[in-house]
Amino acid sequence: MSLLELKNVSKIYGELHALDNVSLKVEKGEWVSIMGPSGSGKSTMMNIIGCMDKPTKGEVLLDGVDISKESSKNLTTIRRDKIGLIFQQFHLVNYLTALENVMLAQYYHSIPDEKEAMEALERVGLADRAKHLPSQLSGGEQQRVCVARALINHPEIILADEPTGNLDEANEKVVVDLFHKLHDEGTTLVVVTHDPEVAEVAQRMIVLRSGRLSKEVVNRNFTGKIKLEDNN
Amino acid sequence: MFFRMIRGTLFRQWKKMIMIAFTIALGASLATAMLSVMLDVGDKVNQELKTYGANITVIPKETSVLSELYELEGDNSAKAYLKEDELGKIKTIFWAFNIVDYAPFVNVTATLDNSDEVTVYGSWFNHHMELPTGEQLDAGITSMRSWWEITEGSWLDESRSSGNNEAMVGKAFAEKENISVGDKIHLIGSKGDSDFTVVGIFDAGGTEDDYIFAQLNEVQELGGLDGCIDSIEVSAITTPDNELAEKAAKDPSSLTVSQYETWYCTAYVSSICYQIQEVITDSVASPVRQVADSEGAILEKTQLLMILITILSLIGASLGICNLVTASVMERSSEIGLMKAIGAQNSSVSGLVLTEIFITAILGGIGGFFAGLGFAQIIGHSVFGSSITMRPMVIPIVAVLVVIVTLIGSIPAIRMLLRLRPTEVLHGR
Repeated sequence: MSLLELKNVSKIYGELHALDNVSLKVEKGEWVSIMGPSGSGKSTMMNIIGCMDKPTKGEVLLDGVDISKESSKNLTTIRRDKIGLIFQQFHLVNYLTALENVMLAQYYHSIPDEKEAMEALERVGLADRAKHLPSQLSGGEQQRVCVARALINHPEIILADEPTGNLDEANEKVVVDLFHKLHDEGTTLVVVTHDPEVAEVAQRMIVLRSGRLSKEVVNRNFTGKIKLEDNN
Repeated sequence: MFFRMIRGTLFRQWKKMIMIAFTIALGASLATAMLSVMLDVGDKVNQELKTYGANITVIPKETSVLSELYELEGDNSAKAYLKEDELGKIKTIFWAFNIVDYAPFVNVTATLDNSDEVTVYGSWFNHHMELPTGEQLDAGITSMRSWWEITEGSWLDESRSSGNNEAMVGKAFAEKENISVGDKIHLIGSKGDSDFTVVGIFDAGGTEDDYIFAQLNEVQELGGLDGCIDSIEVSAITTPDNELAEKAAKDPSSLTVSQYETWYCTAYVSSICYQIQEVITDSVASPVRQVADSEGAILEKTQLLMILITILSLIGASLGICNLVTASVMERSSEIGLMKAIGAQNSSVSGLVLTEIFITAILGGIGGFFAGLGFAQIIGHSVFGSSITMRPMVIPIVAVLVVIVTLIGSIPAIRMLLRLRPTEVLHGR
């Protein structure tokens, strides 16, 4: 059974079909990137997969549960338990330290555990910046805090929306390396990006155009430890 | 974590929080001031209204009947008296605390050495009473005739002049008889005579300017009327009449039991009159309608005005809070969206925002409460010339009002917060 499966999913706003009959499967431990121009439906797909929106038509199965029919309260619970979110704008709470920002996700999930939050920061190489406020961190560091926050509750899947969109080349490489590391550890990644260089390092790249799935490319040169065949 | 976030918000948005606290403080201060004054205004207005004079007169039943039958006024031919020793009972009726002042009167016609006749009134001036309830009262015409202008000398002081046969004379009488302060007048009554020293000359602006006023017992001696009084004037705080009071005034026996209890236990002028009649033998107590009505109406209107000011100030505070809290939530929309995205339920986020607002409200409310006590004293001194006594019940009332105002003011922001979807604020596009 796939970890994530979209079956003929459409999202319609009036006459606009933001997503038009899209079907997609993501296996456990897979790294998929979603590419496409602006308005192609990437964010809509990300919102639906991330339990932040519901499709107009179709089914979305996450870990076997059809999330398209859940109430918004249940969607919040599913999002909390199964999904880790990474944003282009980082969205760190600016009056909390890096450590507290990671603990915030624990707080809404279960019980804040400073030791565990520190370990998450260590995983992203930011243990020494734990007590710093977001304003004292570089863009790359903030994004790594965001990654640590996404990881802290051991989600089934990590959804990253333009994770390198606000980063320079050096920091982009740091984040991509981090994704490699996470993938090697078995984390399922779905990365929405404009950047072909970021998209092409994934195991599989999906291209959306006008809400439809226009192309699917399997990366034969994928350098990660876990290959597509391993997932299947 | 919860408190770290609260602390973070309070410190990060301190300017906005100070504005919210200030708005609440403003509302709370006005509410405190108005409630303190309103709860104390009865006493203050009582003091003010004492200057209006009596609003109830008590006369012997017999005199009343004859007056009604023959429309006699001021005629001594049908003389009946009330008992002086029953005067203290007036302060034992159900509405005793609404009786703010009263004075008995007895009048005799006396003759001067030059054979001129003069009406001499005996009354209390500043008669000190210690009531069985422990209450102490200075009653008499010094406060009930406060509009008298003392043109020469001073008010007769009972504590000083007891047994000294002192008197106050009206301005017209003094001019007619060429009397000054310090002069002695020899008065010959029907049963005795005495020399009175003039201690004050007053201008009442009416017929009283032709009379002499002296202490009750001294005038009783002149007329041989020991223990007798003609009338009692009572100043009482009353509730404006309604249909029930008017019905009762005509005939209390026409009321049902529950109507009777309502009427008896409300400070209508008619129920106070009724209760006075119950304790003063063979008396008829009747309201001086204009004064009684206007007193009750003034008190009611003053309290209504204060309630309106309180309500308006609280509505203003609520609107202010509404704007400030909504602006705060809008400013933090991405933070709130993030919380929801990482798993916070609406209840958690609402709880967080409400806690922040209530901490601010408590601080503002405490500040406003003490500022309000200050305002109340300013109002007390500038309007009533005395301080306002703070009633403990103001504290819970203001606390409840602050909570209600804060809750109402927060409703639009909380509704906005509940409707906020993470997708709307997190993508930055």
